Amino acid sequence: MIESKSWQPSAALENIKARSALQQQIRAFFLERDVVEVETPILAASGVTEPHIANMQVHAESGQFKGLHKLYLQTSPEYAMKRLLCAGIGDCFQISKVFRNDEISSRHNVEFSMLEWYRLGFTDVELMAEIELLMREIFPDVASQYLTYQDAFIRYAQVDPLAANAQELEASLMQKGIDCEVVKGDRAALLDLLMSCVVEPSLDREQLTFVYHFPAEQASLAKRCEQDDRTAHRFELFYGGLELANGYWELQDPIEQRARFEKDNTQRGSMGLPEVPIDERFLAALESGLPACAGVAMGVDRLLMLKLGAKHIKEVLTFTTDSA
Amino acid sequence: MASYSTSEFKGGLKIMLDGEPCSIIENEMVKPGKGQAFNRVKIRKLLSGKVVEKTFKSGDSVEAADVMEVELDYLYNDGEFWHFMNNETFEQLAADEAAVGDSEKWLVEQDTCTLMLWNGKPITVTPPNFVELEITETDPGLKGDTAGTGGKPATLSTGAVVRVPLFVQTGEVIKVDTRTGEYVSRVQK
Repeated sequence: MIESKSWQPSAALENIKARSALQQQIRAFFLERDVVEVETPILAASGVTEPHIANMQVHAESGQFKGLHKLYLQTSPEYAMKRLLCAGIGDCFQISKVFRNDEISSRHNVEFSMLEWYRLGFTDVELMAEIELLMREIFPDVASQYLTYQDAFIRYAQVDPLAANAQELEASLMQKGIDCEVVKGDRAALLDLLMSCVVEPSLDREQLTFVYHFPAEQASLAKRCEQDDRTAHRFELFYGGLELANGYWELQDPIEQRARFEKDNTQRGSMGLPEVPIDERFLAALESGLPACAGVAMGVDRLLMLKLGAKHIKEVLTFTTDSA
Repeated sequence: MASYSTSEFKGGLKIMLDGEPCSIIENEMVKPGKGQAFNRVKIRKLLSGKVVEKTFKSGDSVEAADVMEVELDYLYNDGEFWHFMNNETFEQLAADEAAVGDSEKWLVEQDTCTLMLWNGKPITVTPPNFVELEITETDPGLKGDTAGTGGKPATLSTGAVVRVPLFVQTGEVIKVDTRTGEYVSRVQK
């Protein structure tokens, strides 16, 4: 039985209109800087191998799409946009729908909007500076601070994330009253738990916080740091208690990228998750040469939540996935 | 064995933890964008009443607790067990001291109570929100005081002690809120 009110939008109409204004603000920002707006497919032959991102699959009629029976809804437009970069598109941005399975909370909806952009010749530091400019267009006069991942952990969790062993990470969690029984001995998961439950909630909600130089094991598609190879040129932006953006000084090396994808799939196997076919078209593009660039993905719905002071993501979505 | 995935977690769900049935009070998913997702869950252990916080990896499954709530009428206490009856089937159940706990002082014969059953055995007994009980003992109090400021202790027929206004006397029946243990009003006999 469909409830009589269930056809109504999740968000108030003024919030839906506020999204339109926000998107115009974003487009104006990039237009002014000659960054071209692109549109890439939401449905593609490959998903992401990253073990902690769950792809959604779509069944295709047999025989269509060169015999493929399953296509992936994209979790990010990254691979396709990098193929455009390899093809010579230059500076580009996109506001697109992306899909991540199983992510539902006050800050997560399975389908959400992502702003992603790439800047040729930029380093991660230069890109963070540009993000600050965009954020000040949306939140005038907002202050900002920069912390390395290591400093953030030392400051708020009293533990060095690059040097500590699993026992020391567990001790830090227990000190804060966080149960970590289920991930004992698993350094990577312990770091994630510390990040989510100790570091992130301690960050100043009133200002932009860029956390940069993530550990190399969490590098994903970022270049490693030359001065300390335990870290990579990956950063995240936090504001108002929300994780807002994730960016890289992009890895250009196709061999290293393939090795990381394969490692992801090995980890997927050990976690009992299905392997995800590696995006060969993306790797072929990297082989032909990705120009030096930095790129970032930002959650548009969360940006709107902050702008409107919304506590739940459903306040800014026309229809949440469970009412769509 | 029935089980629940963390994606099904919500307030009120009954799960097994360390061999004890538990009820989920609050559930929050946390996830660093590229990292492991966790469910941070506040849980009440139903036997001990203790509230604990547990971390689950999102996607993990836990055993469901065979816990259900039934409405039964209180019959009598035989010195060891408190006996309850289902008004429709006339089936009877006995609850022990551990299950009855502090509710003992609010049990009035014929009142409908909520019993939580684990594998068919009562583990908690919750009295109705309001019960009517006779005062067996209280100081006579000051004549002419009707404001009820301050009040005085009164012992009820079940042994419960509540604060009542000064004008309320031994032998009267009063209505009490069992959730707070507070006097509500006098009841005309």
